Amino acid sequence: MTTVALKPATMAQALTRALRDAMAADPSVHVMGEDVGTLGGVFRVTDGLAKEFGEDRCTDTPLAEAGILGTAVGMAMYGLRPVVEMQFDAFAYPAFEQLISHVARMRNRTRGAMPLPLTIRVPYGGGIGGVEHHSDSSEAYYMATPGLHVVTPATVADAYGLLRASIASDDPVVFLEPKRLYWSKDSWNPDEPQSVEPIGRAVVRRPGRSATLITYGPSVPVCLEAAEAARAEGWDLEVVDLRSLVPFDDETVAASVRRTGRAVVVHESGGYGGPGGEIAARVSERCFHHLEAPVLRVAGFDIPYPPPMLERHHLPGVDRILDAVARLQWEAGN
Amino acid sequence: MTVMEQRGAYRPTPPPAWQPRTDPAPLLPDALPHRVLGTEAAAQVDPDLLRRLYTELVRGRRYNTQATALTKQGRLAVYPSSTGQEACEVAAALVLEERDWLFPSYRDTLAAVARGLDPVQALTLLRGDWHTGYDPREHRIAPLCTPLATQLPHAVGLAHAARLKGDDVVALALVGDGGTSEGDFHEALNFAAVWQAPVVFLVQNNGFAISVPLDKQTAAPSLAHKAVGYGMPGRLVDGNDAAAVHEVLSDAVRHARAGGGPTLVEAVTYRIEAHTNADDATRYRGDSEVETWRAHDPIVLLEQELTERGLLDEEGIQAAREAAETMAADLRARMNQDPVLDPMDLFAHVYAEPTPQLREQEAQLRAELAAEAEPDSAAGSESEGRGR
Repeated sequence: MTTVALKPATMAQALTRALRDAMAADPSVHVMGEDVGTLGGVFRVTDGLAKEFGEDRCTDTPLAEAGILGTAVGMAMYGLRPVVEMQFDAFAYPAFEQLISHVARMRNRTRGAMPLPLTIRVPYGGGIGGVEHHSDSSEAYYMATPGLHVVTPATVADAYGLLRASIASDDPVVFLEPKRLYWSKDSWNPDEPQSVEPIGRAVVRRPGRSATLITYGPSVPVCLEAAEAARAEGWDLEVVDLRSLVPFDDETVAASVRRTGRAVVVHESGGYGGPGGEIAARVSERCFHHLEAPVLRVAGFDIPYPPPMLERHHLPGVDRILDAVARLQWEAGN
Repeated sequence: MTVMEQRGAYRPTPPPAWQPRTDPAPLLPDALPHRVLGTEAAAQVDPDLLRRLYTELVRGRRYNTQATALTKQGRLAVYPSSTGQEACEVAAALVLEERDWLFPSYRDTLAAVARGLDPVQALTLLRGDWHTGYDPREHRIAPLCTPLATQLPHAVGLAHAARLKGDDVVALALVGDGGTSEGDFHEALNFAAVWQAPVVFLVQNNGFAISVPLDKQTAAPSLAHKAVGYGMPGRLVDGNDAAAVHEVLSDAVRHARAGGGPTLVEAVTYRIEAHTNADDATRYRGDSEVETWRAHDPIVLLEQELTERGLLDEEGIQAAREAAETMAADLRARMNQDPVLDPMDLFAHVYAEPTPQLREQEAQLRAELAAEAEPDSAAGSESEGRGR
């Protein structure tokens, strides 16, 4: 048996590979959006697809997000599997009526007669020095809409596996791509068969005993870094990567918190009305008697996304996570 | 030397060659709505088609009055009547082949029924018995759409997908005058024209978006004129002239099927009833205006044409009315039966596979239902909103 050397690959490359494999495997898969064809997408995720599969299957659309998603709905109604790109998080907002009023509920309103198998790729989050409207974390809006799956990878392998699963899903999936991880590299051999990750399962990225950091997407590497730094303080932190926000893997999360007795939820988007509130509530409901301290949140501030020169103060970093961990040494009455 | 210093010698460079991509003139609608009934053109129309349109109009009017009556009896939650607009509804249904798709708005129940959908199934949304009472694929009728104009991009996408698959399918999408102000109207027309999708847009301009009249809705010369900006033909038709609507839509469908791309058709008509049974139309329009339009009734126009040409006699009129009565009686009888709904259906079709969270909620509701059904339960089953 020969061992194949693992080559470093980027998340963007894994996403491209997932799109290409899905298109090759199923002629009903169509990629569409602004700039996805000739240019290969502004992040080059759709690079080469128009050339390989033709412009009918990788289509440069007019610049209109509601139109992109709305026409994709009609295409899915006719049996295609559209994969649409929203280019940047905040550019997706014009498409929200289509998303909420049609995409999310077509299966439900037709009592199962008309499922919509479509994937909506949304590059999201900050940390890339983008100007206004290029760095939003919009996951809470998607999470609040029944009928949508919401997933977000943090590793190169998950980017491939989750995107293939999303495209194969018979339900609409909002696929959130952490922009600042596009160029992050893992040892991932694109020539090997890839695993397709089922939607809805969290994973323990780093086992630990003192407390659990519950996180996803762009905050996963930050939490792993914080966990390493915390060793010096005598803390052995477990890091749970949710991967899927809808459905939510209560089991993996609760099992971890029951082991560690302490939890911090970490994400970039604002804390008020954000995903962390929901996650903290779920953990409290399930693990109350195991908790040694309240479930804490480390989130972005409750502000419109700041200008790039100030974003480092907004984004949850290692220090802020470690501060929260220190607060987990909580005593009643404090 | 700066540009300023050069000024004396300045000669403007000729602009790069530019010309409009399309001559707009052929795309422009006629100055007045196209008419057939009462003109010489009527003689060219197949008498069987005219008679069929007539039967459907009479049936459609009866359907509208019956549905409105059902709201008064509490059998329908709401009904947006298309009385006065039946020619548009019926023609929209009749121009399509079986393989084609219809994309109706909430006011277009009648078009769905004229296409062959069971009237009770067509009313499930308005009755409050789930949202879409039929399989859209089986009938090639998209769900009745309540948000304005959002069904138009669906029609474009479906027509585009059909063409990509090599299928000879046309999509016909219905929208009101108010809907033409929505962004989705613009995006749908733009996509359709760029993709040359086989889709036809029919705007039923019935004068009002709830209470807002057309002159507060748009400054365009007509809604059909909007087509030119997208690079597609606009057609203007008398929406109360069933033969004219049928002819214009048939042309547009033929054009689309032959690969000619989309058409925007504006049918000028009038909403005789209020927006819905819940609306008070006297607050925003006068009786005299309504009476003017009543005199231009689609059924009367067609009946006159048929009678004058000897294609319809008193017996024929009676037969059409009886057929309509039969439909109405059947609709009444079936709508008077209480629908049986299964509460567990709340969770059945949110996702292909319910999420763990929905399974928990499903179990909760099942337990609540079991407790309600328990005859010895202290809470009893007689009280709906029992306290805890």
